[in-house]
Amino acid sequence: MSTQMNGGQALIKSLELEGVEVIFGLPGGAILPVYDPLIDSPIRHILVRHEQGAGHMAEGYAQATGRAGVAMVTSGPAATNIVTPLCDAYMDSIPMVCITGQVPYSSIGTDAFQECDTLGITRSITKHNELVTRAEDIPRIVREAFHIATTGRPGPVLIDIPKDIVDPKNPRSSLDWYWPSDAEVSAGLPGYRPTTRGHPRMIKEAARLISAATRPVLYVGGGILKARAAEALRALAELTGIPVVTTLMARGAFPDDHPQCLGMPGMHGNYTAITAMQESDLLIALGSRFDDRVTGKLDGFAPDAKIIHVDIDPAELGKVRKPDVPIVGDCRLVIEEIVRAVNDLGGAGAQADRSAWKSTISGWQEKYPLTYEPWEEGEPLKPQMVLEHLRSSTPEDTIVCSGVGQHQMWTSQYWRFRHPYTWVNSGGLGTMGFAVPAAIGAKVGRPDRMVWAVDGDGCFQMTAQELVTAASERIPVKIAILNNAYLGMVRQWQEMFYDERYSEVYLSPDLPDYKLWAEAMGCVGMRVESPEEIQPAIDKANSIDDRPVVIDFRTDAREKVFPMVPAGATNSEVLIGPRDGDGVVQ
Amino acid sequence: MAAPVHHVLSVVVENKPGVLARVSGLFARRGYNIFSLAVAPTDDERFSRITVVVDVESTPLEQITKQLFKLIHVVKITELDPTEAVERELVLATVSTEAGTRSQVIELVQLFDGTIVDVGHDALTVMLAGAPDLIDGFEDLLRPFGISELQRTGRIALAKLERQAPRLRSTTRRVG
Repeated sequence: MSTQMNGGQALIKSLELEGVEVIFGLPGGAILPVYDPLIDSPIRHILVRHEQGAGHMAEGYAQATGRAGVAMVTSGPAATNIVTPLCDAYMDSIPMVCITGQVPYSSIGTDAFQECDTLGITRSITKHNELVTRAEDIPRIVREAFHIATTGRPGPVLIDIPKDIVDPKNPRSSLDWYWPSDAEVSAGLPGYRPTTRGHPRMIKEAARLISAATRPVLYVGGGILKARAAEALRALAELTGIPVVTTLMARGAFPDDHPQCLGMPGMHGNYTAITAMQESDLLIALGSRFDDRVTGKLDGFAPDAKIIHVDIDPAELGKVRKPDVPIVGDCRLVIEEIVRAVNDLGGAGAQADRSAWKSTISGWQEKYPLTYEPWEEGEPLKPQMVLEHLRSSTPEDTIVCSGVGQHQMWTSQYWRFRHPYTWVNSGGLGTMGFAVPAAIGAKVGRPDRMVWAVDGDGCFQMTAQELVTAASERIPVKIAILNNAYLGMVRQWQEMFYDERYSEVYLSPDLPDYKLWAEAMGCVGMRVESPEEIQPAIDKANSIDDRPVVIDFRTDAREKVFPMVPAGATNSEVLIGPRDGDGVVQ
Repeated sequence: MAAPVHHVLSVVVENKPGVLARVSGLFARRGYNIFSLAVAPTDDERFSRITVVVDVESTPLEQITKQLFKLIHVVKITELDPTEAVERELVLATVSTEAGTRSQVIELVQLFDGTIVDVGHDALTVMLAGAPDLIDGFEDLLRPFGISELQRTGRIALAKLERQAPRLRSTTRRVG
């Protein structure tokens, strides 16, 4: 027996059947008919203050839980406001389903009120997008959207829904409910068949190269987390004894306190991680994409290294660096196969002698640890010391979010990540303002975890209004603003590469007054200016669990992020620190 | 200037709205010009075949091909080597016959096995289907008469069939 319903009801019912527990959104004209049946649904709706917030919350939720984040907004300006999060999710392969309202089907293309070509605008920044033209297609398109968003290389999928097909007053919205099966969804997507199993011959070849390499490095990217492959990675690393670098997107995929962990490589990575990759004879790239921030100048990148490249996206293999052994497949499945193949060759006992490599690496670690100049009386706080206090005062499974810039690099450098899915940041797109809404989304997804956002003052001003959302929804996130009164990373580049000509980077430390602003938004606001205030403020923040907390840490604007590989330089030219003697290490 | 390197891609896509925009967008965002494009449904109406000719170096083309394949509605992509494919194109041209040149034009069309598809007082519209270089030659020979309008379809192409001679059973089976 068929059930008659309207398109709006069908959309909400489809989301319920997909297991959606929360939607981040903001209603408006074209999406109104969908918000009506939402009242009767068990799905929680978080009413954001700006549509960009909805998108980043969905991303934060997805990164913390592994499930697709869902955002729903209206047409026109709402759709354009969510373009940045869609692009962010696309760059960082975050599963997300975004539903946008659209003007009635017959009005599309007439410059109707709040009309924009959402499909056209988002075509190149979504994994897929679809305009629904008939109400009866809604269940199938929702199923396809979740399937596409969460399988293969994950990414954002947008569904654009004209108002008439969800409006019960319009006969076009009427449909007979039908929920398609998995087989029907798959049959409806003949061009979408992600390869998950690696090629057996390539896996054998990879195992052979791994066992024979004398200076190998496991170069681990965000794909490990997307594939839920952290355990498989650990098994491979411990079987072979090969050191591991975790890129910005993979922090937490391998525990920082593991003896084989070298930490983050790249432009602001630590010396050992950068140099180990540079000097290696075999890079085992797992779910990583040879981003320019990791490779430095490509011509001089890891010149002696053979490459094993595992990725679920065939387009990544050979995009930047031609692999010797390309393997298309799901990272977890492929790593498990590689572990079996390495064992077939004799396992741990059959690995090449790497004692010289190990001692070289530990030599670098001793000689070039991560350091900063200690705080002196009368100076503003060192951002690094704030982070050290924060990391030692929070549970080890705390989820840390960040925006983009110096504070992001310092957090990635100075935190000790011990668990996967504890680090949420914007890597590929580098979206300032990501931290606050992403932290809210992460906390909604993992209410059992403590969630801290480390933010910059510049970033905070871009999306801080979402703390009103958090306060009204009782989402107790904690925000540490490393307030150096500057667009710090831009300032650093102007100091180092533009002869200290500071162009449009000064923001002022107390305009706005962050403490008062936080309080006005329903949060607890604090200001910390001296070292002895750091710990009590953090302890107080940790004890508050019924509203958001914002701490304005006044930090030193002169502090720069080191080590640094200057743009255009090879990874052999690492600037260790600000002092003369630190210089360039060749 | 070096002659442009044509690459011919045969792309089977789902026959759905917006697919052509997705495909062409991947070329457009990199600033590559599509030289010609032909789209029509295949024998199975759920799918269309796009034959696209582009002037791109091989390396970026490989990357674009992989990116194309990531499009959900793209089902199959084949790069056709012109020596391993049959390619055809169709041209319609309106040629002036003012100066009493009508019989010469008709003769030329007949030589090429083309067709006169429309006749006016002082012009003919002619049609020719054939390999792209044949069309090029035809166009060159028509030009002196005065071409007022011309439309080419863009090439369509399919891979060449296997040419191995069929082996007869009687010759392969040994009598034992």
